[in-house]
Amino acid sequence: MSDRGDHQVSEQIAAVKLTAITKRFGSVVAVDNVDLEIADGEFFALLGPSGCGKTTTLRMVAGLEFPTEGSLKIFGDEAGTLPPNRRPVNTVFQDYALFPHMTVEANVAFGLKMQRVAKHEITGRVQEAISLVRLEGLEQRRSRQLSGGQRQRVALARALVNRPKVLLLDEPLGALDLKLRQEMQGELKALQREVGITFVFVTHDQEEALTMADRIGVMNEGELLQVGTPAEIYEHPVNRFVANFIGQTNLLDASVVSNDTVCLANGVHIPGKSDLLVGTRVAVCLRPERAGMHPPEEVPADQQSVVGRLESVTYLGNALVYTVVLDWVRLEVRRENQPGGYRPHVGEEVAVSWTLDAISVVRA
Amino acid sequence: MTMVADRPEGLEEASVATPEFEKAAERAASRRGFLLSLPAYAYLVLFFAVPLGIVMMYSFATRNRFGGTDLSGWNLNAYRKLGEPIVRDILFRSLWLAILTTLICLVVAYPFAYFIATRTPLIRNLMLVFVMIPFWTNFLVRNYAWRVLLGNDGLFTNISEALGLGERELLFTTSAVVIGLVYGFLPFMVLPLYASIERIDLSLVEASRDLYASGFQTFRRVLLPLSMPGVIAGSILVFVPSLGAYVTPEILGGAKTTLLGSYIVTQFLTARNWPVGASLSFVLMAVMLVATLVYFRTGGRNL
Repeated sequence: MSDRGDHQVSEQIAAVKLTAITKRFGSVVAVDNVDLEIADGEFFALLGPSGCGKTTTLRMVAGLEFPTEGSLKIFGDEAGTLPPNRRPVNTVFQDYALFPHMTVEANVAFGLKMQRVAKHEITGRVQEAISLVRLEGLEQRRSRQLSGGQRQRVALARALVNRPKVLLLDEPLGALDLKLRQEMQGELKALQREVGITFVFVTHDQEEALTMADRIGVMNEGELLQVGTPAEIYEHPVNRFVANFIGQTNLLDASVVSNDTVCLANGVHIPGKSDLLVGTRVAVCLRPERAGMHPPEEVPADQQSVVGRLESVTYLGNALVYTVVLDWVRLEVRRENQPGGYRPHVGEEVAVSWTLDAISVVRA
Repeated sequence: MTMVADRPEGLEEASVATPEFEKAAERAASRRGFLLSLPAYAYLVLFFAVPLGIVMMYSFATRNRFGGTDLSGWNLNAYRKLGEPIVRDILFRSLWLAILTTLICLVVAYPFAYFIATRTPLIRNLMLVFVMIPFWTNFLVRNYAWRVLLGNDGLFTNISEALGLGERELLFTTSAVVIGLVYGFLPFMVLPLYASIERIDLSLVEASRDLYASGFQTFRRVLLPLSMPGVIAGSILVFVPSLGAYVTPEILGGAKTTLLGSYIVTQFLTARNWPVGASLSFVLMAVMLVATLVYFRTGGRNL
């Protein structure tokens, strides 16, 4: 497991520390009692479906919303009610929010001008920021004369030129098309390593979060459900929502029998570790790529299995996805497209199998 | 075959639209458009363009001894008279009051327009209705209402007395005229300002605040430049009618503060000097034309 994250937090002052933060809009609770520490230098993703409170959380750090309750610290300083212009953070807005009446250069220089940085220093730092995001030659353009990717870079340069202690990014890649988005994922990550600033970004795209972030916080309905490295979140989701939201997954309804046994909904007891109370309703989370598939009578002895009928096969080129139907659940199994191997036909009886370390037991 | 438009004459029935057919159809459409707008054109020519021409003619004519006008012997005497101190003073006073009215409207309307533009759609529409409610009452009537408010025993004098500021006479002063003009033309400032502020992406304001700008700096560097089309449109819509205002200065202003509108009326009706009245009208229209051109040049430009 990755060692970035947790131990850093305890050693030094957190870049951002939320303690029991709640934000209400009227009677609507947008963010519900969130505790979160983001370490200095970390690339942190707030992940969740739209309306889950991730953007509100980010906006509270930026100072664009004020928390209803709780404490918000930026590098140890209480910042809960400071206006945005008095916080050492800068934001890359979702639609970039570039000033349409200014050139690229003037956009980038804006923050420094407002801070009354000396003129000659502004010129140098603006040039530096523009070359950092590789926009040389476009200094005199206006934002409407730029492509989506270029606008995004201007927004980045405009924020980074101020050397913020924390850079906040609100769905930074949301407005870009797929190919550009994948390109920018790598670039953002490289950029973050280069400047060494704490990045906190908000996304609803789990793949983006997994690819870029050192740690991810998963939110739903205002609550922060789980914080961890991509591997922790993917392999040990805390509940059904997280398991479902991050990647494809099969969820088999079950209940806890003992701390290493669960009872599947079809009445079969299988090994499954959990520290939940006996009788708790849980789900066994089995990732499609971790499931095996065998003829029903040839399941290896060290594996658990359920038997069902193969309903369909989806050909993806590099992989095949098999849909297996049982009378109480429908499972997906993903196999790499390799020569040889077991290739059952639609309608056949097949066993879907797994080893103990392939599954995790999560709260239902 | 169903026909939506009239078939142009002289063309044979054909199942496809040939280029000739399309051209002919286009011509027919434009002919129909012209015929339909003919009444409006005729009305404008008859009751606007022709009288305007007559006024222009008179502005180059001479007043005769009996208060009539000699249409022979064109000259610029009437225009020269505009340079005389008494006329010049009126011109400058009118300009000054129009500018003052415009500035006050701008300062009052901007925060209000910003407030409306940043509300939820329901409140927004409600407030826009409030802005327009005064129009439901006749302009003249509303001016007389101000006469009551500003008069000797009116609300304002009472408040001023209650505050211990003494009995302030407001009615029939320049201040009363400005108050009346601001009141009358404020909606013309609010509406274009609202329209242009409403178009501004409010995340720009947040971006500006995020980039260390104070509230005032954000207004100065982001909001104001981006709402400039509305500022210019509103200013012209207030400035032009203020400059030529007649009703408000007549009802609320005193005899000492004659403004252009009243002066022109006097020239025509009392002094019976039609050439001077006509030339003043033309100078006024020229100023307004320039203002309108400025409006179209800047208002049409997209930021």
